[in-house]
Amino acid sequence: MIVANMEIISQRKIASDVYELVLKGAELVNYATQGQFLHLKVSEGTDPLLRRPISIAKIDKEKGELTVIYRAEGKGTSMLALKQAGEEVSVLGPLGNGFSLNGTKRGEVAVLIGGGIGVPPLYELSLQLVSAGVKVIHVLGFAGSDDVFYEEKFTKLGETYVATMDGTYGEAGTVIDVIDKKGLSFDTIYSCGPTPMLKAIEKSFPEKKGFLSLEERMGCGIGACFACVCHVKNDPTRNAYKKICTDGPVFAIGEVEL
Amino acid sequence: MSKLNMELPGLSMKNPIMPASGCFGFGQEYGKLYDLSKLGAIAIKATTVETRFGNPTPRVAETSSGMLNAIGLQNPGLEHVLGNELVWLENYDVPIIANVAGSKIEDYIEVAEKISKAQNVHALELNISCPNVKEGGIAFGTNPEVASELTKLVKEVSDVPVYVKLSPNVTDIVEMAVAVEKAGADGLSMINTLLGMRIDLKKRKPILANGFGGLSGPAVKPVAIRMVHQVSQAVSIPIIGMGGVSTAEDVVEFFLAGASAVAVGTANFVDPFVCPNIIDKLPSVLDELEVTHISELIGGSWK
Repeated sequence: MIVANMEIISQRKIASDVYELVLKGAELVNYATQGQFLHLKVSEGTDPLLRRPISIAKIDKEKGELTVIYRAEGKGTSMLALKQAGEEVSVLGPLGNGFSLNGTKRGEVAVLIGGGIGVPPLYELSLQLVSAGVKVIHVLGFAGSDDVFYEEKFTKLGETYVATMDGTYGEAGTVIDVIDKKGLSFDTIYSCGPTPMLKAIEKSFPEKKGFLSLEERMGCGIGACFACVCHVKNDPTRNAYKKICTDGPVFAIGEVEL
Repeated sequence: MSKLNMELPGLSMKNPIMPASGCFGFGQEYGKLYDLSKLGAIAIKATTVETRFGNPTPRVAETSSGMLNAIGLQNPGLEHVLGNELVWLENYDVPIIANVAGSKIEDYIEVAEKISKAQNVHALELNISCPNVKEGGIAFGTNPEVASELTKLVKEVSDVPVYVKLSPNVTDIVEMAVAVEKAGADGLSMINTLLGMRIDLKKRKPILANGFGGLSGPAVKPVAIRMVHQVSQAVSIPIIGMGGVSTAEDVVEFFLAGASAVAVGTANFVDPFVCPNIIDKLPSVLDELEVTHISELIGGSWK
């Protein structure tokens, strides 16, 4: 993990308030793995003060580039969205424990379930799973048609279903509705998205093994401030904890309380 | 010759820069990034008798040039800290300031007595100012009589000097400072966080699960500077100043206000290398100001 300035290679809007940012030029690209995140400082001054945790969507070690995708919704991410190619961003990373590829064997089927701005880290994961000989199915949920992104890219890697809550694109309903309706069968689940979605996945497929990537408001991103802790399941003392920034953000299904 | 070494009660420091309690864990995360022996001291995370999980999340919310936190004194408990965290810190040549917290007087006494006997604990920081716990914490730090009583009792059992960490959430911080000095405090550390709140517009509820939390970061620095300026003129014990420090210039400002050492808190979250960076930068800032040794600056704004 290092702090470095990375150059913006490109920044483009890929859906309503959603931006794809390509960064280049730091050694940290070589260590990054699927499911990890970067802690970005969006301005040099003190407002906003803290870094923004943003998950890595694609790692290109040959070019030395990292792609991140984020939603511009608060002050910090809206400022980040104004940055242009050629400008620099201070990056702390790569942070966190990403998705392990050991959970699925060659020839097995993995379903990658993403919700909204939880979709991006699944892209690098899918690239890695495919190159490891795993068959991937993607189920991507969004609020509406304006929010959909990366459908084509995922489709190139495997079967891809898009669900929208308002029914304006793809299948109407939740990602779980789509899995049920299409009768999808799979060996492993990998998911990232809003907590209610992760809870629904845990509840709907109790017998399946899998991994969930969690989100929480973070401070330092390196495990020192204890802002982003969660309880461990089946812990009668209620004192055991995991830090989402360093023990996670990816946990095995059933490991922590959602 | 060093321009930065400082001698404070219990603390023989290479430089007057330390990470603030609660912003540095027990050092292990930062120990992966740089040599902790570079620091003047380390104020470790508050320790209570029992293990504490702390508050529900969200525990942090950002504000203009600052942040609110309501962690709730999460820590592994006294026995664990003595047997693990402090033992690990023995790898480094750096004095440790143990931050002592509790919900009852007996808790403070138990933690103070035992933790002050640890080989590398050179001072205690009595936490009577945590705003984020329902019992104890700030309740001990807003009434001068209660604060002095606790200070006396802790002084009786501690093997090392005791610094009392003051809360800014009082009407008259000078009165508090004078009271704990009379009760035997060897030093003060100030300020803890200011009580604050942010509200989510859509949910119409506070962002922090705890409702309110402690405000820190550059936003609180002028408040801290003013309080150090006032208190340092009213007491004769040294002050570890803190509140929004993120640059070497901020350190100079705290010294001029009356501090004899400075703790860096929230800035560690923005740049994990901030403490060593400040330590490296300080000598040249002192040169620019034609200062031979940093101690010359103490109270320079009112002396």
